[in-house]
Amino acid sequence: MPKLLPLIEHVVKGPVWDCQMCGQCVLHSTGMTCPMNCPKTLRNGPCGGVRENGHCEVKPEMKCVWLKGYERSESWPLPKVWKEEFNHLRPPVDNRLKGDSSWINFFTKRDRWVPKGWAKAAEEEQH
Amino acid sequence: MSRLEKQITETNEQVFTAEFPVIDGEGMAKVEKYAKRLAPWFDGVNATDNTAAHAHASNVASSIAMKMYGLEPIMQVVCRDKNRLAQQADVVGATLHGVENFVALTGDDVTAGDETETRRVFDLDGPQLVRLMASIKNGQYLSGRKIEPAPHMFIGAVENPGAPPFEYRVQRVAKKMAAGAKFFQLQICYHKDRLEKFMQGLEALGLSKRVAILPTIVLISGPRALNFMHSNVPGIDVPDAVIKEVENASDKKEAAYLQTLDFARHALALPGVRGLHVTDFRHDETLERLMTDLGRKARPVNTTKEENAHSLTVS
Repeated sequence: MPKLLPLIEHVVKGPVWDCQMCGQCVLHSTGMTCPMNCPKTLRNGPCGGVRENGHCEVKPEMKCVWLKGYERSESWPLPKVWKEEFNHLRPPVDNRLKGDSSWINFFTKRDRWVPKGWAKAAEEEQH
Repeated sequence: MSRLEKQITETNEQVFTAEFPVIDGEGMAKVEKYAKRLAPWFDGVNATDNTAAHAHASNVASSIAMKMYGLEPIMQVVCRDKNRLAQQADVVGATLHGVENFVALTGDDVTAGDETETRRVFDLDGPQLVRLMASIKNGQYLSGRKIEPAPHMFIGAVENPGAPPFEYRVQRVAKKMAAGAKFFQLQICYHKDRLEKFMQGLEALGLSKRVAILPTIVLISGPRALNFMHSNVPGIDVPDAVIKEVENASDKKEAAYLQTLDFARHALALPGVRGLHVTDFRHDETLERLMTDLGRKARPVNTTKEENAHSLTVS
């Protein structure tokens, strides 16, 4: 089962969302656009290099992943909570989860683990 | 508390920062030369981190050298070249030498540089790097391991008001503020209307009251630099009219200066703008002229190495 599920997830999410199997899926909060397709793998919005035509700094032939995500988040009929999450600060990628099924990591809450220093800094900022 | 932090958080004075030129083996003589040039006018000077994906003397080494000559360094850290472990080592290492101001950037891609075969890292992104710095400021590595005592740090970030999606750029400032950024140096923006809208957005959310916003202006010698930025720097668009204004002038150098002055005055007049970040590609007398035209007064500074040496260990 643990080996089968990542395979199923990859088969389902690969062709539709170009899933990169980071194992900590945030697709719902990024306008149903996988940020791991950003050549800089940015998880918190577009960099400053977005071209005048909305295309990517690194791959000029490709539309900016984040511009796409932003437009979808604004215009697609997604749940309100998902849309609000668009602006959330997403923590650094946990590289141990690469290749895992994000579905399992979601249900076990493994994908919500953050380093202690990150959690503490988040607390401090709220005060 | 750094001089820059003090000025931003405890006064209402304008704040001017600048970019330090890259160092490629010219030695301390170059550091001294530019320290003498910049120190009288600027409240903080950026030590760049492999700017435009070209290797140069490191951000850490440059920051320390700048401090030795009396400059207030602002150490840039980008995400392109190093993973989070190396970034933490650099930041903590710099604080060891009394460097207190930091600015976090995502960084240009390796394709902007002269070694495009390089592996791009981007282990963290810009906003995550801001929070990593905030964690160190709190006295913890990302892991939670203690740094005692917690180093003095003043953390900044960048934003580009001139690149799509324009409306969203304001939210990105909010996000970086939530991560811990206290000042923002903006990418050069040759569309006045875009900068205006961006500032209006920040004002509407009350963000520009809580942090210092510093738009960038660039001192250039003529239309060539404008054309270069327009064609070669993703995220910078220079309108035709702006290029033509310099191109069609009889004295192009003078026209380029006057245009820079005009952009500077325009930015400074916008509500919420606290000061400017100046990048000087001319390296001539117009830097002094610009600062004087903007009503700034040179302040006396000590740029002799011996006098400043102690400030490296006593912060």
